[in-house]
Amino acid sequence: MAGTSTMNDRSVTRFLTARRGGASMHWTDVFSYIYLALGVALMFGPVVWLALSSFKTPAGLQEFPPTLLPLGQIERQVEGYDDPLPMFEVTMEDGSVRELAQVRRIGIIAQMVDPDDPGETIKVPIANRKPIREFRVAWENYTKPLERFNFLTYLNNSVIVTTAATLVTLLINSMAAFGLAIYEFRGRSAVMLFVIGTLMIPITIILVPAYLVVTQLGMVNSLWAVILPGAATPTGVFLLRQYMLTIPRDLIEAARMDKASEWSIYWRIVLPLSLPAIAVLAIFSVMWRWNDFLWPLIVLNRSEVYTLQIGLNAFQGELDVQWHYVLAMTVVALIPVTLVFAFLQRFITTGIASSGMK
Amino acid sequence: MTEIRLNNVLKSYGQVEVIHGIDLHVESGEFVVFVGPSGCGKSTLLRIIAGLEKVSGGDVVIDGDVVNAIPASERGLAMVFQSYALYPHMSVYKNMAFGLENSRMPRSEIESRVNDAAAMLQITPYLNRRPKALSGGQRQRVAIGRAIVRDPKAFLFDEPLSNLDAELRVAMRKELAALHAKLGGTMIYVTHDQIEAMTLANKIVVLNAGRVEQIGAPLDLYNAPINTFVAGFIGSPRMNLIEAEVVGDDGGVALQVGGQRIAIPAQEGIAPGQKVTFGARPEHMAIVGEGEGDITASVDLTEQLGGETYVYCTADGLPQLTVHQVGQLPVHRGETVHLRLNRSSMHLFAADGGVIVNGFKA
Repeated sequence: MAGTSTMNDRSVTRFLTARRGGASMHWTDVFSYIYLALGVALMFGPVVWLALSSFKTPAGLQEFPPTLLPLGQIERQVEGYDDPLPMFEVTMEDGSVRELAQVRRIGIIAQMVDPDDPGETIKVPIANRKPIREFRVAWENYTKPLERFNFLTYLNNSVIVTTAATLVTLLINSMAAFGLAIYEFRGRSAVMLFVIGTLMIPITIILVPAYLVVTQLGMVNSLWAVILPGAATPTGVFLLRQYMLTIPRDLIEAARMDKASEWSIYWRIVLPLSLPAIAVLAIFSVMWRWNDFLWPLIVLNRSEVYTLQIGLNAFQGELDVQWHYVLAMTVVALIPVTLVFAFLQRFITTGIASSGMK
Repeated sequence: MTEIRLNNVLKSYGQVEVIHGIDLHVESGEFVVFVGPSGCGKSTLLRIIAGLEKVSGGDVVIDGDVVNAIPASERGLAMVFQSYALYPHMSVYKNMAFGLENSRMPRSEIESRVNDAAAMLQITPYLNRRPKALSGGQRQRVAIGRAIVRDPKAFLFDEPLSNLDAELRVAMRKELAALHAKLGGTMIYVTHDQIEAMTLANKIVVLNAGRVEQIGAPLDLYNAPINTFVAGFIGSPRMNLIEAEVVGDDGGVALQVGGQRIAIPAQEGIAPGQKVTFGARPEHMAIVGEGEGDITASVDLTEQLGGETYVYCTADGLPQLTVHQVGQLPVHRGETVHLRLNRSSMHLFAADGGVIVNGFKA
């Protein structure tokens, strides 16, 4: 076991210190690493910043200059005072440094006591004291919304919407793509162009008519109002269709010779062979649905049908934004998409369809 | 046992007609090979029989029923594709069982059929593998196995051996012949390789540019080609075809080409002054002593294969001639040889390509 782990360590180390060759680093190695580091910082920086900030207290978030890690000021219970007092590192007039607790602050002068000798009050200009802080995680950012607000309901709604919508999307998009890829008929390209053409119509334009349709169908304030309207996506049809075009025609014909019905050609031959493209579309669909904001905001008006993104919006009042909750719940909202991507990304490899053919 | 008939089958893509009215009768249990150069329409014809292409005119008749409107899945035929077309996401077993599952056969029956076919083709050890884990020859067997398990009315093969290397091709060719002997089903086989055609077929159909040139048993085509196309296509290396003019020659007739004059027996249908093409297969030309030959030529190249020798030579006014001799021949480049044509196996064709005579009577 230990042997394996050292092997892994070694290979990871080797991977991270790989060079062009030669004993020392070539300037291109240096350049590459700088470039890659920049890329990592650019991509990962905001996410890491978000995650770290989500553990900060509201006061910590307001602080300037901001700290990277969530820090909290150490407080101590001092004899003679009911509440714990915040601790400061104070530079005394004689230059010595002491750790004192602050009793109160008046203007630019702080009244402080030594926690070990609480009888004597020391007056210190506030410029001479520095808060003593430790790494402290504000878990309440996570626990409170989960307890107090209907966050679990929102999460649940989002999961239902995302799962159902993705399944419906995959099914009907792959069926449309199958028709447009496998069958040759007059006007096939025209239909395809029409489908792609709908990409050019922004959602804002169809918002009102779509809302009217949804209202007429009586779906307002039900999750179906979010699931159904966006299920057929031109992007999905295009993506799957282009992939299906690469499936060798011989396979389809072989299946026909094998007495396969058109449904079983779709279900048992084309669909499994399109898995890489389906995985890509699944990832897209999950991301779209999970992050969808505008449409759910319009059709979902009751808090029990809110999705996560609408729920997050609730922390944003007109005058006051509860950033600590927004950040924490954003992290929660990120987790499922990340997991989906992690599990499906291995399917995003092509070549499954061609490997059985010469 | 299935007989297949094509009645004046036409096929066109838009304005372009690719099959120009083909009549064909494939008898029950026959091994028929469609052969022809690429683009001659042989694969299209096979796909028409399979039902993968629709006819533009004429009828496809299987066992007395016109099947023009019946889709491929219901014609009861099985096809082996050039690319094998194995389903890459299914195991070998699943590949072979797929067609049977589609016809709602009981599971136990499927299992026994697949296992029998696998045993016959010696692919039992690979039943759980995916196609990509198989070699070319193994994939080929799976493709054939997929056709066999179905117990189809007829087998259709679309250039099944062309993706294999030379050695494997010879081996698979023998196995296919053995398979036909064992199963006895009607088989239609498309190839551009005339050796495959000669070795496998009961009946060869030579196609050229969407038309049937000749239909017949392999040796009939070899011995009695109906025109210059068949004469040139069947036989390897190809027949020497030489354009000549008929001239009178003290009482008889002769063929005049370049500086050479070849006396031939008088024959109905030829007269002096006529332009003709005569053909002699490489094995029907002999290298003889001075004064006995018809053609004097100089050697360009010899290929010594040990058991046989090919001599390529040129003569004044003639295209390059190929001579095939059994055994090892001490002939070298630049040497002058005298060639004698075997009159009884010489072919004479009219200017339009049609045959006048296949072999002169002595």
